[in-house]
Amino acid sequence: MISKIDSKMCLNMYEQMLTIRRFEEKAIELFEHALIRGNIHPCIGQEAVAVGACTALRPDDFMVNTHRGHGNCLAKGADAKLMMAELFGKKTGYCKGKGGSMHIADFQKGNLGANGIVGGGLPIAVGAGISIQNRRTDQVSVCFFGDGATNQGTFHESVNMAALWKLPVIFVCENNLYGLSTPVGESVSACNISDRAAAYCIPGVNVDGNDVIAVYTKMTEAVARARAGEGPTLLDCITYRFFGHFTGDPGKGITYRSKEEMDEWLKRCPIKQFAKRLIKEKKMTEKTEKAIEAAVNASIENAVQFAKESPLPAPEEALQDLFH
Amino acid sequence: MSEITFVDALRITIKEEMERDPSLLLIGEDIGRYGGIFGVTKGMLDEFGPQRVRSTPISESAIIGSALGAAMTGIRTVAELMYIDFSGVAMDQIINQVAKMTYMSGGAAKVPMVIRTQEGGGRGNAAQHSQCLEGLFLHIPGLKIVMPSNAYDAKGLLKTAIRDDNPVLFIEHKLLYAAKSAIPDEEYLIPLGQADVKRKGKDVTIVTISYMVTVALQAAARLAQEGIEAEVIDLRTLVPLDMETVLKSVRNTNRAVIVHEECRTGGFGAEIAAQIQEEAFDFLDAPVARVGAKDVPIPYTEPLERAVIPQEDDIVKAVRKVLYRS
Repeated sequence: MISKIDSKMCLNMYEQMLTIRRFEEKAIELFEHALIRGNIHPCIGQEAVAVGACTALRPDDFMVNTHRGHGNCLAKGADAKLMMAELFGKKTGYCKGKGGSMHIADFQKGNLGANGIVGGGLPIAVGAGISIQNRRTDQVSVCFFGDGATNQGTFHESVNMAALWKLPVIFVCENNLYGLSTPVGESVSACNISDRAAAYCIPGVNVDGNDVIAVYTKMTEAVARARAGEGPTLLDCITYRFFGHFTGDPGKGITYRSKEEMDEWLKRCPIKQFAKRLIKEKKMTEKTEKAIEAAVNASIENAVQFAKESPLPAPEEALQDLFH
Repeated sequence: MSEITFVDALRITIKEEMERDPSLLLIGEDIGRYGGIFGVTKGMLDEFGPQRVRSTPISESAIIGSALGAAMTGIRTVAELMYIDFSGVAMDQIINQVAKMTYMSGGAAKVPMVIRTQEGGGRGNAAQHSQCLEGLFLHIPGLKIVMPSNAYDAKGLLKTAIRDDNPVLFIEHKLLYAAKSAIPDEEYLIPLGQADVKRKGKDVTIVTISYMVTVALQAAARLAQEGIEAEVIDLRTLVPLDMETVLKSVRNTNRAVIVHEECRTGGFGAEIAAQIQEEAFDFLDAPVARVGAKDVPIPYTEPLERAVIPQEDDIVKAVRKVLYRS
């Protein structure tokens, strides 16, 4: 399957996945050094979902994001400098320091913002779908959410509404098997989250969320369906977060996940798997791999530098931006 | 100039704005063929079609959230929440999403949407269809709050609310829908944040809003027979709040009674009373009085409902008290 995909696109995907990984590793490190406050919810381990899904999109497509959203932001074209500045609480950040990690929005890239409320973004993505349908464009609206969000009322209200009106919305579940500490098996009554699509008469698709090409392929089909006016699709992308729920979750989630389980998933690292495949199929040389690594590291260093050098907002700016 | 009801004023306004902005979207329960349970959107479906007049499933969170998503992506939207009581179902979308989106994004998100809803008792609709909840939303920065007291104001304020680039909670009162006002044929807009003196008076200032303006004016007429001239201020909007008009009046009358239908405890009257004492303490000849609903859910049966919701008598008594007359 990979052989059919343009080499340049493959390398782009690889670079983006690596960018997400390095960005978050750096953010965790800075958090541990108290340069970043609040919470960080790392998506390390889930990069293939973000990149596979967003590669199937156009810049003018809309995206609604989750609290674990750095990966989706970057994959949708966000500038790592402005993201890092936001994490630092700087005036130059995407939200002028008012949003932080959980609320990064980038309207120029169709990124309608991340959400600190599980399931909170689903209706917003539906609204973007209505907007597309009413403006008669062929954009699509993509909603990322976790497995836990599918137990919220907003999930069912949103999928129902989108299905009812055949809205161009793609529901992408980043199913990392745990809602904070609660395993899917103890919270979801359906056998698979994709089964929930049947209740709304839309396609529910199981996807290996650690295989970027699989995500890209299934997403491309869902996007085509949405652009053709055939309505929404639910993608159930099964993946795993290598870190805990947030920075500060003891032992990367060891209180609710076994060491064996975590080790097993580490072997299935989406980035390592993809690199191996690219080299095997001669889409990437080891030299290129090293060059990408160097470029990514430099861009993250650059982002940190930018964030560090950026000014903090003045206290009086707290009262700005409440209304337009 | 013609005499029309509050409902007609709302319907005409929405129709005019739908014609003015060809992308304006209406979304809510039973607003299509049925025309909304109070008839505000009657005829809209036939005129503007099902894409612009979206009659929804009973999904309040999705109604508010999708209105937000549409608004953020360039479609000005008026969402209808059938009863303000149902905001409980959609509370996350209202207080965590709609109210915060602009600020949280550092001003990047533009949210041109109105949530039209109605509140209030007086019709025996009982505890889950009679509440007044403005105080709850007043406590959430990021929402403008408009509460018209008559058909004329409703038209001018709704136009302004729809054209505003921020979320506006437009709260109607169910007892006002049949009330008539003379409405000019030409277009007019009423800015948000401009209170209106509905009756001039020198002895006491009554500060109120929405349906309680009607009740306060009745009380003022009765007080006039006792030789008490009450000034009745209709705030019209709680956010923005026109304290200037209130303070100017209080500095003149030296007495204030705040009247609202929502519960007395934690109602907006507490905020206004606090601001009056902060800004005009030296002008006061009596403590500021508050008239509000008793702190219980709204009961069904008429004598109990009347006992809970402020009546003309309650206002008259409160005015006499601040004037030290019994």
